[in-house]
Amino acid sequence: MKLTPPAQAALRIGLFSFIIIGLVSFVYHATKDKIALNEHQALLKNLQRVLKKQSYDNDLANDFVQITKSGQTYKIYRARKLNKPVAAVITTTTSQGYNGNISLLIAININGNINAVRVLNHRETPGLGDAIELKKSPWILSFNNLPLQNIQQWAVKRDGGNFDQFTGATITPRAIVNEVKATALFFQQHQHEIF
Amino acid sequence: MRSESVKIINNGLWHNNQALVALLGLCPLLAVSNTVINSLGLGIATTLTLVLSNLLVSSLRRFILPEIRLPLFVLIIAGVVTIIELIMHAWFYDLYKILGIFIPLIVTNCAIIGRAEVFASKNKILPSLLDGLAMGIGFSFALVLLGGFREVLSSGTLFAQADLLFGHSAKNWQITFFDDSGILLAMLPPGAFIGLGLLIALKNALELKQKSTKTNTSKVYE
Repeated sequence: MKLTPPAQAALRIGLFSFIIIGLVSFVYHATKDKIALNEHQALLKNLQRVLKKQSYDNDLANDFVQITKSGQTYKIYRARKLNKPVAAVITTTTSQGYNGNISLLIAININGNINAVRVLNHRETPGLGDAIELKKSPWILSFNNLPLQNIQQWAVKRDGGNFDQFTGATITPRAIVNEVKATALFFQQHQHEIF
Repeated sequence: MRSESVKIINNGLWHNNQALVALLGLCPLLAVSNTVINSLGLGIATTLTLVLSNLLVSSLRRFILPEIRLPLFVLIIAGVVTIIELIMHAWFYDLYKILGIFIPLIVTNCAIIGRAEVFASKNKILPSLLDGLAMGIGFSFALVLLGGFREVLSSGTLFAQADLLFGHSAKNWQITFFDDSGILLAMLPPGAFIGLGLLIALKNALELKQKSTKTNTSKVYE
């Protein structure tokens, strides 16, 4: 049987797609577990960055709840010592950045004070907005041990608050400060559901 | 054979430099070239993609019908980029964390489909490999120059954050020229366009000069 040229072309495209998809899915399956392991190890490392290992004694990475409130999903790791809650590490994302979602890890002590904040993932402009990474700038450390009672001053300077903005990038730090503030308020209001 | 290879290398690095002459791949070029290290990261990843895509296109060239070559090239390049991304994510996690955001940008680099169309689909495997490598290095060279230009003007440094790419020992590679904040324009997208324009002008000026000295000397010999 002889195929017409269009049919032949279609057959080739189909064949190539099949092979390339096969290759990609083969690599995907070969790397899936390793990638998950990397992400888990990175999570453990990140958890330790916002919350000292000595301050809790439970299996933090596996003691979590997920709560959705007003469209925002929070994944919350619960830190306990001698079965008493000491802190919560909350993962959250904000879409108020300059480019796509920014995901954050926020550790809040049981009294509501911020312990520390780190950025997990972002696509902000390299060289401008990416100063939110600790690797590039110490800015994110300004959240360390932040007492809850000053919460009305949690804003970038341009908005009349206490936090520095970066040269050429106000949107990115504003998004983070606002998200930390919203998360702190969320924690205050829903603490009884978390623990 | 040897002069053929030299020609391929010369074309990739200078005469047909993808960034400065063919003006291909400007989207990632302009977007990422704000520091030397960012530029170098994207340059390495692009070179790897060019080599692999040229290798695949060249070895499959007998099965690629001319009518459907473009969709097939796109398919191959997207596959290569995805596979590189997955492999880096699994085995070079630290490097992936740094280059991760640049890798998907490589698909938008027309230089790669350009080389598949112009060179790899018409040549044997070895020359195609060499072509991919030379084009990649030429592209990286332009990227790093532009990155250096913009980094010096905007933040007064060179090789800042080299440890992201080269590990801890590279932490003190940073060269600081001045501490005050420089020209912000150089960091912003217009600075990339202006910088690229200046680079192209510089290359053309160098070539003109070369040409005129050549004609001068030939006149002397006449």
